[in-house]
This record gives sequence, C-alpha cells and structure tokens, in this order.
Amino acid sequence: MPSPADVPAADDGRTLEIRPRRGWIGVNWSELWRYRELLYFMAWRDIKVRYKQTVLGVAWAVLQPLFQVIIFTLIFGKAAGLAKYLPLELQDKYPVYAYAGLLPWLFFANALSLGGMSLVNQQHLLTKIYFPRLFVPTATVTAGLVDMSISFGVFAVMMAWYHAAVGLQVLWLIPLMGLTYMASLGIAFLLSALTVSYRDFRFLIPFMVQVWMYLSPVVYPDVILSGTRLGGLLSVLNPMSGIINAYRSAIFGLPWQWGNLLSAAVGSFVLFVLGMFYFRKTERRFADIA
Amino acid sequence: MSQAIIQVEGVGKLYRLRHAASKHDTFRDVLTGALTYPWRRLKGLGEPIANNESFWALKDINFQVRQGEVIGFIGRNGAGKSTLLKVLSRITEPTEGVIRMRGRVASLLEVGTGFHPELSGRENIYLNGSILGMKKREIDQKFDAIVDFSGVEKFLDTPVKYYSSGMYVRLAFAVAAHLEPEILIVDEVLAVGDAEFQKKCLGKMQQVASGEGRTVLFVSHNMSAVRQLCDRVIWLDQGKLLMEDKVETVVGAYLSAGGKSTFQAVQSSHGVELIEAQLLEAAGDKPTQHAVFNQDYRLRVTANFHKPIKDASFVLRLYDDMGGLVSTLCLPEEGVDPMLMSGTMRCQFNVPRLQLFPGAYSVSVLVFRPNEETPYLEAESALRFEVEPAIVRDGMWAYKRHHGLVRICDGAQVTCVEPAAAVK
Repeated sequence: MPSPADVPAADDGRTLEIRPRRGWIGVNWSELWRYRELLYFMAWRDIKVRYKQTVLGVAWAVLQPLFQVIIFTLIFGKAAGLAKYLPLELQDKYPVYAYAGLLPWLFFANALSLGGMSLVNQQHLLTKIYFPRLFVPTATVTAGLVDMSISFGVFAVMMAWYHAAVGLQVLWLIPLMGLTYMASLGIAFLLSALTVSYRDFRFLIPFMVQVWMYLSPVVYPDVILSGTRLGGLLSVLNPMSGIINAYRSAIFGLPWQWGNLLSAAVGSFVLFVLGMFYFRKTERRFADIA
Repeated sequence: MSQAIIQVEGVGKLYRLRHAASKHDTFRDVLTGALTYPWRRLKGLGEPIANNESFWALKDINFQVRQGEVIGFIGRNGAGKSTLLKVLSRITEPTEGVIRMRGRVASLLEVGTGFHPELSGRENIYLNGSILGMKKREIDQKFDAIVDFSGVEKFLDTPVKYYSSGMYVRLAFAVAAHLEPEILIVDEVLAVGDAEFQKKCLGKMQQVASGEGRTVLFVSHNMSAVRQLCDRVIWLDQGKLLMEDKVETVVGAYLSAGGKSTFQAVQSSHGVELIEAQLLEAAGDKPTQHAVFNQDYRLRVTANFHKPIKDASFVLRLYDDMGGLVSTLCLPEEGVDPMLMSGTMRCQFNVPRLQLFPGAYSVSVLVFRPNEETPYLEAESALRFEVEPAIVRDGMWAYKRHHGLVRICDGAQVTCVEPAAAVK
C-alpha cells in the first residue's frame, strides 16, 4: 500500500504531487466524490446516446427481453421440456419464470459486454484528459439501470397477465439489485481494464456472455445444476447463480437458498474488490497503450 | 516575488517499444510469457532495464513556474512536448521525478474532448464542461456567456454531428475559454478554426494570462503565437530541456538553429562537388532551417567544379515532406544564361516573401547542360527546412497543412456589383 505522501492530493486547491507509483494503488475515494457530477453526466450521456442512436429507441429495452423470453419459452420451455423441472405452481408460467431470471442477467450481461468495452470505446478520452478512469465503466453499468427499470415495468405487466401474485418478500429485490450492481461493476472494471491491455478480450467478451448465461440458471431452474457435484460447485462459484435464484425467491415466494445467496454475496464482493484493484493497478498505463 | 506554483524536478518518461517477439498484446502471449519468465529473468540478470527496446521521451526535466507566468514550450515534432504536457496533466505517469503544483489544474490538449456527435450543442456544453472539471452550477452560471462566445446559439439544440467543423471548434473552445483554473495547460488548440476565431482565442488566452493572473503552460509550433503570449520559453529537444530563457532569446535561437547544413559533400562522376546548400535570411545573410512564412529568404548553393563544364546551369527542386515536387528554381528562367563553370561557383536564388505554407520541405540541387537529359550533379535533399506560421494581415496561418502548399494570391476585393432587389 502506498504511504499517504504517495497519494496525490488532487486539484482541490491544495498541493498536487505527481510522482511515479508502483504496485497496487488504493482507491482515491475523496477524488471520486469530488468528481461525482462527472459520473452523473457520463451516465446521462450513455443513456441519451443509447436511445438516440436507434430507430426504435426505448422500445428496444422492452422488445429485447420480450423476444428472448418468447424464444426461451418455445425452445427450452416447450421443445426441451425444461418447464417440467419448475416448481409445481410455476410449471404453466415458464415465460414469467424465465423473465425473472433475465431481469438481473440482462443487467449483468450489459455490464459484461458494454462495460467491458467501455474503455476501449472511449480511448480518445484516456489520452486527452485526466479524470477518475473508474467512472468510464461505472457510467456504462449505471446507465443499464434504466433498461432494468423498463424491464421491471414489462415484467409487472406479464405478472398480472399470468395472474401471478407477489408477497411482501418482493422488497428483497432492493438489496438484491444492489448486489447485482456490485457484481456488474466488478466484472466491468476487470474486463474493461483487461480489454485495454489485451486485444483478444474484445473477441472473448461476446463468447463469455453466451457461455456465462448458460452456466447460470436463466433458462432453467437451479435444481438442474445443483443436482450434480460439478453443477453445485458452479452455482457456488458463479455469483449470478445465487442472485438469479434469490430474485426468483423474492418474486415467486419460493423457498430461499441462503447458502447459495451468501456465496453469491461473497462472490460479488470479491469480484468488485478484485476488479477495482486490478483496474487501479493497470490504470496508469491506459494512456500509454490505448 | 511570487512563489513557484509549479515545480518540476528530474522528470523522465520511459516508453517501451515492443518488439514483435516480446509483444504482450494478446492474452495467450502473456500466459506463455509468464511460463518462460523465470528463464528469461535468469538469462537477463545484470542487464540494464533501459535496453534498446525503450527510449526516454523525457529525461531530466527541471523547471519552475511562478504564478501568473505564461510559459511556452517549443521544439520539433517528437521533442517531448506532448509527453511533457501529458505528464503535467496527469494523463500518464512519469517514470521518475516529481512534479508539485499548487492550485486547480485544467488541461486542454484538444478542443472538444468528450464531445459526443449525437448530443446537441447544449448537452455537449454540459458534458464537455464537466469533463474539463467544471461543476454543474458553474456551467449553469456561465452558460449564456459560453453560447455568446461561440456564436452558435441558433443551433444549440441540433446534434453537433450536423455542425460544420468551424462551428464545432468554436463551441468547444467557448467551453474551454470559460474554465477558471489557476493553472491552464494548453496544447496547440489554436491551430484550428478560421483566422477571425483564432484572433479571438489568442485574445482570450492573453486575457486569461495577463488580466486574470493565471498561470498558463502553452505548447505550440506557432512562433508568432508564442511570441505574442509567452513571457518565458522552454525549448525541448529529444526529450531534454535544451534552453530556457526570455521568449525572444529562445525563439530566436530556435529559428536559427541548425543553420549549418549537415549533408555529406559528394562528388559526382562529372567532377562536380556540392559543398554547401543553405537557406538564408535575406536580412543579415543568416543561415536557418526554420523559415517564417511571408519573410524574405535566399537559397544559396556552392559547388566545386573540379573539371570545367561549358554551358552549365543550376537547378533547384523543392519537394514537400511527402516527396511531391512543389516548384523548380532554374537559372535560365531567372534570366541567367548557361555559362562556363569551373572552380568554386556560388549560385543564389532570391525568394522574397516566402509563400510556402507551413510544413517541412527539402531541396535537391542539380547541375544541367541545355538539351542534355542526364544531370552533371544530382544531390538529393541537400537542404531541408521547415516553414513556420506567421501572422499575415491579422490572420494567423494554421501550421498544419490545411491550406495546401503555396499561397498564390495577394490581397482580395469584394464589391457589390448589383444591389439586391428590394423585397416586396
């Protein structure tokens, strides 16, 4: 850890000291706080641009998960017969069940793909001006919250359509969203830093999104995985597995898998801290290699 | 005496050039690299870190800046000016040394950093302003002044991708001009926009520097702008601080640097040896490699004719840095008939009011005889020089090649031939 003298007191009117730093670099929280308005503007830009550039605009946020659910229902629910592994009371409601899994998954996938590419896509900023670089992936991930709230709206309509009732336990979604956000930030920090340094991550990311989705209980219930030893290990190691299960517990009132949720919380936290520190470690080279 | 606001001590920046063999660009390379690392480490023990794969873009840079000073940084391309600015603005870290700064720093290495083409002018003012370090409240307060300065109020709600490049630059500079840092770091942002707007920017910069007592670090190729703005100038060459003094002293030294021609004297098979090729300032006959646009010069070549040649004539060919032929200077065309040349001959072409646009040029020297194809002497790139921008008729000529190679007019008139019919 750097000694206090090594940490530059940034441009707040006091002395700023620039000197080479080595090893792991802590996060300068006070600087992040001072720049907080920039994070707001960057997230706001990402949201505006996302809906401005497309013909369909906001409709995408509605249509994309909807189409996915239709395809999942036809292929996995009906053709592959996964619906019969669902809890009894949900067997005729495969679309809502799959959608409940898509809610956190799409947010996370967005962090993987857009967040992972965020630094590379904004290289020109890195070489022209100083600002806390952590804000680049953070803004992109945060902008995804808008998509997520739209998806929640669509989901509410679907729930009503299928006459699925929700209880008070749905309030659990609030801390669960926080957990999803943390895991998403972690993966976005890690991947965005890796993509700047190693070009092959650009091609690896779309592949990761695909594989990770099928390793998470999005289109199938968790019992399919946790039945086997390898699957059980996977669902412990993959924080998204515990998060998706918990979303379903909160929404449908299914029994909670506390151990699974705990491992997801620990996993998300580790991912977040690891991502942040790896990002900080490589950050000082960004401008030279971007 | 005011205190040093910026203190730069022993700053150096090492860049690693990656060989194809040791490039760690893909993840696979890193994995294999990690496996072979202990072996390479063992082999490489005792080798210096800075081998031929790396170079110092900056080395041993020391200087101080006092509050309210305007410091210019000059030097050729690749001298380390941009690297120094990047280190000072915290974009990249120095490899060694310390920099201490007191006060809020803002850097403008580019006009319109972070502008998004899809967003409107209004939205970009906020985005760019906050990237440059302004608070939202500050932008709110200055919004009208910014719009006013830019002169694009009619298009505020149009996405900037539909802006002309002039409008884009004006809006971007307007935002930057309203920054209020104690230390402002500026790269050659002035080399864009039309003459009118450049004057406005120069004026604003001067106001910032002198009127408001801010410290400005200014990097430029434009000696006129440097002369107009700066008090003190630092000349960088090959990553080192070559000279630091008052503006006239350093700019003068820079412009006349490398006056001695460095080519190797060669003797052609016809016994003609070029011994000198120079660009001279018409006033004072001083050799230079940095010509200033619109000033008077002479091109002088001296050659030894070891064997006399009858009806010989000098021809100078001028090339741009892409190797395109710009012009040919030829003795008969200047009214000097071919003549017997023997011994040491000196030939001089007058180039009054140099109208080559800023950029790098090279001159080849040839000796011909009329109606003969093969030259008696052919010295390629016997002389290289650079043309620097100047202020002509209150317009600053952009240093980059926006304007082509030569200026061919001198003055213009506009008259109204027929007044417009009154609108009924």
